[in-house]
Amino acid sequence: MATDIAKLLQRKQKKVLEYWMNNQLMNEGLRQDLMSNDELRNLSNEFLESLLKALTDKNLKETNSDDLEDVREILAGISISRAQQGYSPAETGIYLFSLKDAIISILQAEVKDDYALLFDAMYNINRLMDSLAIISFETFIKGREEVILRQTDEISEISTPVIRVWDGILALPIIGTLDSARTQVVMESLLQQIVDSGSTIAILDISGVAAVDSLVAQHLIKTVAATRLMGAECIISGIRPEIAQTIVHLGIDLTGIITKATLASALKQAYAMLNLTVRKLEKDKTLN
Amino acid sequence: MDRIPILRMGNLLLVTIQIDLYDRLATNLESDLVQMVSKTQAKGVLIDISALSIVDSFMGRILGNIGSMSKILDAETVVVGMQPAVAITLIELGLELKGVHTALNVEKGMELLRIKIGPDEETDSDEDSPE
Repeated sequence: MATDIAKLLQRKQKKVLEYWMNNQLMNEGLRQDLMSNDELRNLSNEFLESLLKALTDKNLKETNSDDLEDVREILAGISISRAQQGYSPAETGIYLFSLKDAIISILQAEVKDDYALLFDAMYNINRLMDSLAIISFETFIKGREEVILRQTDEISEISTPVIRVWDGILALPIIGTLDSARTQVVMESLLQQIVDSGSTIAILDISGVAAVDSLVAQHLIKTVAATRLMGAECIISGIRPEIAQTIVHLGIDLTGIITKATLASALKQAYAMLNLTVRKLEKDKTLN
Repeated sequence: MDRIPILRMGNLLLVTIQIDLYDRLATNLESDLVQMVSKTQAKGVLIDISALSIVDSFMGRILGNIGSMSKILDAETVVVGMQPAVAITLIELGLELKGVHTALNVEKGMELLRIKIGPDEETDSDEDSPE
């Protein structure tokens, strides 16, 4: 081979960076709100340096060779941090593809006369950049999924509080959709609270549950049965008319389970079961 | 051979299970308990399983059996002190322990038994006193 492409690019590193930055800055979708130009330049320079340093004519053809491990790692780091900062996948893609454009225009300028070599170099560069783009996308999506998973965990943590409304009465307002995983969390925290507080009545309030299908109903029935095994009674409250309709249409049998329309009436029922009365204090008129 | 002790207290029988039950021990407990109920004419059985961390379907069935058998012999059964994990396991296994009552702890279990068998006791003593 007449000219060593990797060596050529290493010599022209400054120029490549210049072209790359120009390409990036010219793009209308540049997110200056997320990253300043200096930061972007530093990051790009770091990535380009590691790429060109690791690049040889040999691994230019073998895109998954081990020499490029460092480059992949840096790229993965960039992609994940971009995912967490809120870049869109397209913006991350453009970041990488604008480097390809920069390299290709350098090559076009440098290897003008040898078409065979130019074609060969372009082909290899294309393949290399595509493989890097795939890695970038994969890690980008992974980063996004991590964010989503963390948020899901947080939501299920904060959305199932167990409240002691009275001595021996627990209330558990459920907000959102009940799935198997959440029912497990709900059941465990409810049962643990029953043990810890020695409560005998638990009120499951589902006014925040948008829809009840047969699976959710089954989960509810399971929770009620588990509470009974612990020796406590469970009241389901906050059943909306639409939900009552679906329950009946689905043919779900809730007999044997105490159901109330509102949390207030459930509380009233709980007081009755514990032989408690709530009464308004009459003001002593003689004092006035 | 290991046996679970059955204590008698008035017309009640108390069983506290302090070790993990293996199948043989559970079947022994079942037959011993039924014998004791019939022998002592007990009106209530209280089984404390707070020390049990593992309950399998066999154990769940034995508990249910004890409840049904005692019921036939006119005694109420209360299972107390079930661990949350145990309750979840039983429900997942589809065992609801239909024949037995449950209570949170021994104190509440005794209270429940007293309510369940209280009236009978009074009529018994009423009948007894004129004699």
